[in-house]
Amino acid sequence: MKKTGWNLESIVEKLPEYIEKLKTVNEVLLSNLVMVGEIPAPTFKEAKRVQFMLDRFTEAELQNSSTDEAGNAVAILPGKEGKENILIVAHTDTLYSEKIDHTLTIQPNSVIGPGVGDNSLGVAVILTLPFILEQLNITLDSNLILLGASRSLGRGDLEGLRFFLSNTDIPIIAGVSVEGVQLGRLSYSSIGMIRGEIVCTVPEEYDWSRFGSVGSIVTINEVINQILEIPIPKRPKTTIVFNSIEGGTGKFSKIPKLSFLRFEIRSESDDMVHEIYQRIEDITTDVSYRYGDDISLTIYSKRRPGGIEFSHPLTKNVRSIMKYLNIKPRISPSTSELSAFIDQKIPAITLGITKGDRVDDEKEIIEIEPIYTGLAQLVALLLAIDRGQCVDDK
Amino acid sequence: MLTINKWLKENTFHHSRFQNINDLVKEKEKQGLNLSLCIPTLNEEKTIGKEIVIFKSELMTKYPLLDEIAVIDSGSTDNTRDVAEAFGADVYLAKEILPEMGEKKGKGENLWKAIYQLKGDIIVYIDADIKNIHPRFVYGLLGPLLYNQKIQYVKAFYERPLTTSHGVRPSGGGRVTEILVRPLFSLFFPELSALIQPLSGEYAVRRTLLEKIPFPIGYGVETSHLIDVYKMLGMEAIAQTDLDQRVHRNQQTRDLGKMAFGILQTVLSRMNSLGIISELPILNHTLRQFQTDDNVFETVEYNILEEERPPMIEIPAYRKKMGYK
Repeated sequence: MKKTGWNLESIVEKLPEYIEKLKTVNEVLLSNLVMVGEIPAPTFKEAKRVQFMLDRFTEAELQNSSTDEAGNAVAILPGKEGKENILIVAHTDTLYSEKIDHTLTIQPNSVIGPGVGDNSLGVAVILTLPFILEQLNITLDSNLILLGASRSLGRGDLEGLRFFLSNTDIPIIAGVSVEGVQLGRLSYSSIGMIRGEIVCTVPEEYDWSRFGSVGSIVTINEVINQILEIPIPKRPKTTIVFNSIEGGTGKFSKIPKLSFLRFEIRSESDDMVHEIYQRIEDITTDVSYRYGDDISLTIYSKRRPGGIEFSHPLTKNVRSIMKYLNIKPRISPSTSELSAFIDQKIPAITLGITKGDRVDDEKEIIEIEPIYTGLAQLVALLLAIDRGQCVDDK
Repeated sequence: MLTINKWLKENTFHHSRFQNINDLVKEKEKQGLNLSLCIPTLNEEKTIGKEIVIFKSELMTKYPLLDEIAVIDSGSTDNTRDVAEAFGADVYLAKEILPEMGEKKGKGENLWKAIYQLKGDIIVYIDADIKNIHPRFVYGLLGPLLYNQKIQYVKAFYERPLTTSHGVRPSGGGRVTEILVRPLFSLFFPELSALIQPLSGEYAVRRTLLEKIPFPIGYGVETSHLIDVYKMLGMEAIAQTDLDQRVHRNQQTRDLGKMAFGILQTVLSRMNSLGIISELPILNHTLRQFQTDDNVFETVEYNILEEERPPMIEIPAYRKKMGYK
């Protein structure tokens, strides 16, 4: 419900003051970033990072600091009234194995290291938010639920956030998903998606005199050729992405017996995603029959399209806040945390905090200066939600 | 005299014992102490920013444990000083502190000049090349000093406890410690061999002690400190804290040779002045190492002279600054 005496103007007019104050919390955020970012957290192995979050939540004297069966870290910053609840979430897992060097380097204008933007910065923002609000003298009326969501990426398939949303009995009025990069990111809808893996195995009893008997790479190549022949419509917007391919042993003398192809089907239409998936399934059956190889097809994540409208007050307010802060919005559908919110019919958006480069690279780099603007944007949005500015009257 | 095992039991700590920083702050305030952190640097632009950010955030902004964070630089040619300043450290060039005392090159020089420049009743020294920096590096060293008045000098070590659930396992320091320093201590100062990593560059010391000990300016500073403190106050004044893992640059054996050469000079000269050995000949200060170029052996010579700064309390400018008569 909209609260009297508040409108977006009264929130954004304080932003220049907030940005100046936010510069003074710089070292607390960066310190959290380094400490969390140097704890390796590949998907399914986030426990140490989650424990660090819980220790920080306890230190900040938040309520209900706890973990759950899905390995999330959750705590509540109680609001003045506590009648409503806003959920702010960052995924805790990264793309990097615990075997690589997770050392972060801080330079006057940047921070460099694996996973620094995706998503150690997002986690650091969640950890620093209680301190930030305290420094800005802001007490929300609503409770703020801080969530470090585990098992989010790849095969994790948003398990952490889905588990939390399915099992909590706390009614949530809005969700904000925080990603380290890019500042300006504004995702309010999710596209339909299926991520799958095709595994081609040459059976031990293979008849090498048969047609195409040159191992699993040629077979997987045939699968790719046939997938590329699937007609893709312009409307609804649809794509098939081949994400990675592996095959063979790396040796000249060996015929490859195992190959993998990972792919993603994305579409604005759920029906189209499933239609294409069906075609790919038929292709694998056909090629398997013709080449004599075993071909398996496994789905390891699915997203349903959906989300809020472009004109929803939540997106409208974010666009206004961005405009005020001179942030150029990069509006794009998402395949990340949003879809878990969408499944639960909770209005939600994804925001980025700063500018970054070399994402998905061990030398990933983020800029420090834009962080203040990114944080100001987040604080203004939380205030707008809290003051009832983002409720869709329809 | 304490036995080594008794000392190990009573004066060896794990950093986790001091992780309640609020309690440390209360203790500091109760005793009215001022605490300083000194980071000696020479070309450390890659790690210095992170150290300052973490210590400032965790031990100044969030908990007022430290009263100052100072970088004493030996004249870095990279951006060390700019990076340190950008993140809010007090940055000093060693040669600009006590300029009338001249300039000597070496880490010990920075540590010594810090006594004059910094205001703390306790100074914590932390090297700038630590990759896995964490607040425990500071609070783990301050804890024993804040809770035990007898303890004057706390040294870091980086191992898990000596026993584990899988039984006893060997535990110790780096190569120079195990090949040179521990054998030397075992021969001449057996109690000091209880220090697990006598050469670690991280320690916290009360000013009242720091100002009374001389400072070799090079490799020998840590070893000489231990011998001097031991001789002045005994093992009761020394403690050590386990700070778990420390990740840093690995040194080449050739560089460790230089370190060992410097340490040996310092130990021999201490033994001479303590009367443990007599008639020490004039020592040669040139270390010779070898390299080959197309099967031809070449000598590489390093002049390593372990000069020493006197106890700070003997310096008139310091006495004046502190109001000593």
